[in-house]
Amino acid sequence: MENKEQLYTVSIYTENNIGLLNRISAIFQRRHINIESINTSASEIEDVSRWTILVKMTEVQIKKIIGQIEKQVEVIKAFYHTEDETIYQESCLFKIKSDLLFEERQIQNIIKDSNARIVTVNKEYFVLEKSGRRSEVDLLYRELSAFGILQFNRSGRIAVTKDAMEITKMLAALNS
Amino acid sequence: MKEQTATQTAPSATTTERMSGAEAIIKCFLAEGVDTVFGYPGGAIMPLYDKFYGYQDQLKHILTRHEQGATHAAQGYARISNKVGVAIATSGPGATNLITGLADAMIDSTPLICVTGQVGSHLLGTDAFQETDIVGISTPVTKWNTQITKAADIPTVFAKAFYIAQSGRPGPVLIDITKDAQFEEFDFAYAKCNSIRSYVPVPETTQGSIEAAAKAINEAKKPLIVWGQGVVLGEAEEELLAVIEKGGIPAAWTILGASAVPTSHELNVGMVGMHGNYAPNLLTNECDVLIAIGMRFDDRVTGDLSRYAKQAKIIHFEIDPAEVSKNVHADIPVLGDSKKTLAALLPLLEEKTYPEWRQQFADLYQVELDKVINDDMNPKTEGLTMAEVIQQINKKSASKAAIVTDVGQHQMVACRYADFKQTRSNITSGGLGTMGFALPAAIGAKMAAPDRQVVAVIGDGGYQMTIQELGTIFQTKVPVKIVVLNNEYLGMVRQWQQLFFDKRYASTEMINPDFIKIAEGYNIKAKLVTDRKDLASAVEEMMKCDEAYFLEVRVEKEGNVFPMIPTGAAVSEIRLE
Repeated sequence: MENKEQLYTVSIYTENNIGLLNRISAIFQRRHINIESINTSASEIEDVSRWTILVKMTEVQIKKIIGQIEKQVEVIKAFYHTEDETIYQESCLFKIKSDLLFEERQIQNIIKDSNARIVTVNKEYFVLEKSGRRSEVDLLYRELSAFGILQFNRSGRIAVTKDAMEITKMLAALNS
Repeated sequence: MKEQTATQTAPSATTTERMSGAEAIIKCFLAEGVDTVFGYPGGAIMPLYDKFYGYQDQLKHILTRHEQGATHAAQGYARISNKVGVAIATSGPGATNLITGLADAMIDSTPLICVTGQVGSHLLGTDAFQETDIVGISTPVTKWNTQITKAADIPTVFAKAFYIAQSGRPGPVLIDITKDAQFEEFDFAYAKCNSIRSYVPVPETTQGSIEAAAKAINEAKKPLIVWGQGVVLGEAEEELLAVIEKGGIPAAWTILGASAVPTSHELNVGMVGMHGNYAPNLLTNECDVLIAIGMRFDDRVTGDLSRYAKQAKIIHFEIDPAEVSKNVHADIPVLGDSKKTLAALLPLLEEKTYPEWRQQFADLYQVELDKVINDDMNPKTEGLTMAEVIQQINKKSASKAAIVTDVGQHQMVACRYADFKQTRSNITSGGLGTMGFALPAAIGAKMAAPDRQVVAVIGDGGYQMTIQELGTIFQTKVPVKIVVLNNEYLGMVRQWQQLFFDKRYASTEMINPDFIKIAEGYNIKAKLVTDRKDLASAVEEMMKCDEAYFLEVRVEKEGNVFPMIPTGAAVSEIRLE
């Protein structure tokens, strides 16, 4: 088994109950593993939450962590994937002074080249939205920071896997 | 809390009855067959206590002297009876005092329900008087926990809690309930829970894994079984014995597996681990197939993992998939309930005897006998040894007593030398090693099994951690026997200081009070033994007494427990002196 640290995307399907964030995050905390990003939202299955957690560790470690996560009463199923096995995106928002949009031609080019989207514009500021890989978001941040960014916020990773996850079938069997 | 997700089967009880949340909790207990609960009242749990008053003929409440005592008593109750133990506390300090017991129950897989009162729901999060976030605090030490703020949630949550606590790998569950939810009236109906969508208590067993295990065992030249508490929790003692006898396989046990197979059985080769027996530890690194059953390769069992049974093929019978290959890689994992997996294995096993392999165990036992056991059991020194006290307990109880221990030297000696004939006779704090466990746990055990002799064997240090529970014994008149092995030291720490810290006995010597006077202060019969000639008669008097009894035995001050695997050493580096 791979004993080299790498980024893994952890997907967890859970009941939508209070307190579970505490239980899941504690599993990483106990082993002194930093969570790079975490996202939890509704999934494709009604009443089931899907978590996407990005962590850096070895495969030996991640396998054990998955076991500990699945042990939680309210966790339905947990998976881990390598970078190659997922299609993933992050989203971010930039708040920038409106003057720059009109006075700096370069900014207009950056917006166009990066496929960023203007969410809103008013007299004081405009807001840009960009979705993409972390490297794309990072690049846009570097380019815009030269002009000054009033506010910046990015989401955790969200991901879907290239291969099917047997979760829906499994839930159907459990419910039958 | 959010409404529980679809977790229960169709309600079996269709009739409803209007009552308060507090009364509903009692009805839930009764529906689950609870007859005794341990606890301590306080402001936020008063509505429930008020209702206890009206149900005294159906539900016994034992007032312990500290909430930690309530959890350990509930643990003792659960461990000896295989039923769920129940502990109750109020909010704030009452709730936080449960944490040690919860942690102990979590690591030793003890089914426990702890109910804590909570401030009124309108006060939640305001740092109100005696408010603590007990759900947050107890999360790492519970199998599941939750908070109830509406009376209507009580039946569902309690049914779920009992199911979780005792199914699969058992564990503790905490339910926090606000005071207003205890007062609130609602239409009560109860349906037991027997499935939860997201929870798979027993993983599926594959026939292939059973066949692979049988093949490996049948082909082995030097097989060794190491069983743990999973056998006891799964009530698989008979199946284990059948496998051991048909396969002719030497079998050793972890501390929590003790008593599942009689100590004197010819294939029982003793305890593994830091202070276990010489032969099974040494030969762990010589066997060719290691069959682990319901045990989790604790570091106290394995010593240095990088040198643990590296030559052996490992077969792991286990109910908790997260334990498989967690510490030791399992070549053949057999998931499932040990009662069923061992029963499925049995017909595939060939009858074998392994005379040469067993002779190796016998030879090494002789070495341990000559170098350690004889001196422990029949000492030539003036000072009394802990082992000879255990030997007398064996004799005077005809080896029928359940022995409840704390943690430390006395615990290791008791487990090494107790002659267990009956399962569930060893109640000890294994994974957490909790000082203060034994006295309250013995109270709970005796209440769950009044027909059994229950003897708490405790060190002078641990005894003083929950000594206040003598008050519970005094009030309830529970006829528990207490043996304090007093060496006026925190003995195990002192032994380590002697061996690894140049005899610098930092803060391990104890100036103890007059334990006899203290026991007598609680109206408990008491006797002190300082001389070997008085030991047998004193133990006999204690065992014959039909009341609670306290026996203090002054043992040699600097006695050590051997064999010993030093921390970081391999199991085969076990020292005899």
